[in-house]
Amino acid sequence: MERSTQLVAYWKENLKYITILLAIWFVVSYLCGILIVDALDTIRIGGFKLGFWFANQGSEITFVILIFVYVKLMNNLDRKYGVHED
Amino acid sequence: MGILGWTWVMVGITFAIYIGIAIWAKAATTGDFYVAEKQVHPILNGMATGADWMSAASFISMAGLIAFLGRDGAMYLMGWTGGYVLLAMLLAPYLRKYGKYTVPQFIGDRYYSNTARAVAIICAIFVSFTYVCGQMRGVGVVFSRFLEVPINTGVVIGMAIVFIYAVLGGMKGITYTQVAQYCVLIVAYLIPAIFIAAMLTGNPLPQIGFGAKISANGAQVLHDASAQGKYLLDVLDQLHKDLGFAAYTAGKRPTIDVFFITFALMVGTAGLPHVIIRFFTVPKIRDARASAGWALVCIAILYTTAPAVAAFAKTNFIKTVHGKAYTEAPSWFKNWEKTGLIAWVDKNGDGVMQYAPGKPFKGKPKFKQGEKGKYGQLVVANALTDNNNEIYVDRDIMVLANPEIAKLPNWVVALVAAGGLAAALSTAAGLLLVIASSLSHDLMKGIINPDLSEKAELMWARIGAGLAVVVAGWFGIHPPGFVAQVVAFAFGLAASSFFPAIIMGVFNKKTNKEGAMCGMVVGIVFTAAYIIYFKFVNPGANNPQHWWLGISPEGIGTVGMILNFIVMWVVSKFTHEPPQEVQELVESLRYPQEAR
Repeated sequence: MERSTQLVAYWKENLKYITILLAIWFVVSYLCGILIVDALDTIRIGGFKLGFWFANQGSEITFVILIFVYVKLMNNLDRKYGVHED
Repeated sequence: MGILGWTWVMVGITFAIYIGIAIWAKAATTGDFYVAEKQVHPILNGMATGADWMSAASFISMAGLIAFLGRDGAMYLMGWTGGYVLLAMLLAPYLRKYGKYTVPQFIGDRYYSNTARAVAIICAIFVSFTYVCGQMRGVGVVFSRFLEVPINTGVVIGMAIVFIYAVLGGMKGITYTQVAQYCVLIVAYLIPAIFIAAMLTGNPLPQIGFGAKISANGAQVLHDASAQGKYLLDVLDQLHKDLGFAAYTAGKRPTIDVFFITFALMVGTAGLPHVIIRFFTVPKIRDARASAGWALVCIAILYTTAPAVAAFAKTNFIKTVHGKAYTEAPSWFKNWEKTGLIAWVDKNGDGVMQYAPGKPFKGKPKFKQGEKGKYGQLVVANALTDNNNEIYVDRDIMVLANPEIAKLPNWVVALVAAGGLAAALSTAAGLLLVIASSLSHDLMKGIINPDLSEKAELMWARIGAGLAVVVAGWFGIHPPGFVAQVVAFAFGLAASSFFPAIIMGVFNKKTNKEGAMCGMVVGIVFTAAYIIYFKFVNPGANNPQHWWLGISPEGIGTVGMILNFIVMWVVSKFTHEPPQEVQELVESLRYPQEAR
């Protein structure tokens, strides 16, 4: 494959990762924590109402996981297309 | 040793550490001064970013804010953490690849225009000053509360410390002091939280204890044997309903407003220059991504603890104060009464403290000098309101009184003071660096005199930092009344100007200078006009009935951002493409290393 085609493919895969991960980012915070929070609040886990938990704890924890997943995916992608540093 | 003695010891030790680091990390070059020679380990940079980001308000006020907002308070928790996901995926790696020193410089190069750079300089300085004034004031307030020195003396001491390490060490000095400050502030925040969680629920992890049942010991602390074995949040909800409040875990604000505020805070975070430049200091592109992750870990430790602290403190507050005779009030109540953070007026003359919705009196408490009430309480001179509430409580007490509520030794109280100072100083330093680099690198070297030598530029950077410290200190001593109102500005402006300009600059090669400038101007003018109208021109109308679509001034930055994106895209479509070399620059940002 030609180098420029490879680079385009690299960028497209990156955009795909970003789209998927940001969709999850949106679901846990804006959907579960804000838009459908009252519906989720009817479900309980221990002392937490589920919607309340997403807004107060779940979103923040998911955000951390999302970033590290992206880091891992991109480190692999950098190697696959030979654009990694050293 | 007493609280005061311990506080001087703790503050003395931590300040000595900060100065020691500053001398060790003296900046020799402009690269040192602006980006610490890009040699900061990603985990250390994560800690520094955490300290940079978490201000005096996060440390002292946020848990209290949540304690009084209930579920709606989560918009701050999500809003001030979610931006790091955007930073990791949409900004940090590409700006690190660009490799230069400031956000205005990126805007100027990407949009091949000094005018765009000038607009960016003005925004960066305005946003940073808005923020830094509050920090200096925070330093003064902590000093006055814990060390019994006048607020202004506290501000001056804080200025002197920041001056030493920001002017001497630049980014290098700031980075390593921020790492130390992060350690101080997180330990100071967690110790009381862990003890309170264990005391009330038997589970030392606040994040879990928050959703656990009240233990036998907890029921005793709360003077309510029937609370044992019930979930803490259920008890808290019931207390709120019994007193005539909405349930703690129920939302009160309109959903659309919570949505827009959360979004504005997230994109605002991702667009704040003092946060962005932290990612210029790591050695590699992949480090920039990882570093955003570490930063969020460091931040989330505090941000997931804060709502737990809020629930514990609020439960404890209502249970141990409401319906109790003043003469039997807990000792922390009487200690903090002297500072005016809490006050009681015996409206019905029964000697018992009653808590209810509404303000007990107008304004902040003003005590009649030297006068004591029938039960020994301080007497309030304010005009009373006609509701049943007898207790004034400042939200900051929810964090400040925690060590005493948990009956922790005096050195822990001292540690909380040192933690508050660390949070304020670290944020102030990061902001001062943005102001200094905007002046020396963007204005002096970039626009006024491109032939400026390395040595002269470094001198200008130091002068800029020094000047900024003095101005920030001046505003700390003479706080303008509008500071609280303009915080919405800082986020709104960052969201509606920088964020879209940087995102389009990286992700769309065809966005040109005309598009970017029109977009930024429309975004800023719209957001500023909305905020100014409701905060200054017509504050009486600042309520959901008058807001456009029910969006408050705090959330309007989201709309400004959307307008900016649309204008930028449309104008770019109908004007000339950016020059070839700019399109190549954008292309190169996307790959950590192109050639192989």
